[in-house]
Amino acid sequence: MNAIKFLFAAYIATWVIHAFYLGTLVRRFSRLRQQLKELGRK
Amino acid sequence: MKWLFPILSIITAILLAYALYEALVVAPTDALQGDVYRIIYYHVPSAWTAFLLFFINFVASITYLIGCKPKADILALVSAEVGVVFCTVVLVTGPIWARPVWGIWWAPGDIRLTSTLVLWLIYVSYLVLRRFSTSAQTQILAAALAVFGALDVPLVYFSIWFFRTQHPQPVIGGGGSIDPRMLHVLLLNWLAFLCFAFLVCWSRYRLEVLHREVEEAHAMESLAGGAPANASLPPDRSSR
Repeated sequence: MNAIKFLFAAYIATWVIHAFYLGTLVRRFSRLRQQLKELGRK
Repeated sequence: MKWLFPILSIITAILLAYALYEALVVAPTDALQGDVYRIIYYHVPSAWTAFLLFFINFVASITYLIGCKPKADILALVSAEVGVVFCTVVLVTGPIWARPVWGIWWAPGDIRLTSTLVLWLIYVSYLVLRRFSTSAQTQILAAALAVFGALDVPLVYFSIWFFRTQHPQPVIGGGGSIDPRMLHVLLLNWLAFLCFAFLVCWSRYRLEVLHREVEEAHAMESLAGGAPANASLPPDRSSR
């Protein structure tokens, strides 16, 4: 039973790492789109 | 082409879900380790994907050193960054598997573990160099670092053949054996992670192209005389 905890911890950790990275990509995309909008206004 | 990315994303999500189901439910339980061995279905495909991405980084870096093509430079950056993410997964899931099986989180001095950690540090250094260096030669320096860094990949991969390590022997091609049903699930998970890595690389590539367009637009604006207040600052590197 204890080993199952490690199994789920590994799977959850994997997706937390990927989700964190995807989150940074989304944040960077929105920041660049904002900069492009500001440049377009100028 | 606009429909291609969403369709591939849906296919990849279905594939990842199916691979997860196969890994947790369909694959047989290991006689010695029990269910905890199922961590290999994420650990091993992540390692193979990271190696593949570092190899792409190596080829793209050499291409950039030869021809100074911006596309090769972007591909090198993207493959290194996504490769580091997958290598991080390897370094996190490995100790989580080792704790119940070996009784320890990490085996100090084990060449497989140490060389993998060194590999991760090399590519993190590569990304730090690209992120913070303001030198005009940054891309060339990074490409040279990537070429030398790639030398660690075969060391990591073959270390379990040539050295006595605590890490298990390879399940494929190393004299070990694996149940065909386990091998099928392992390869299915690798396929799912390859599709996922491809989509992430694609997104990161588009992000980098957009970032360079914004930098170019800022430079054009400065040249046109409408220099913004922060024109004297180094170029914005927020997308890296």
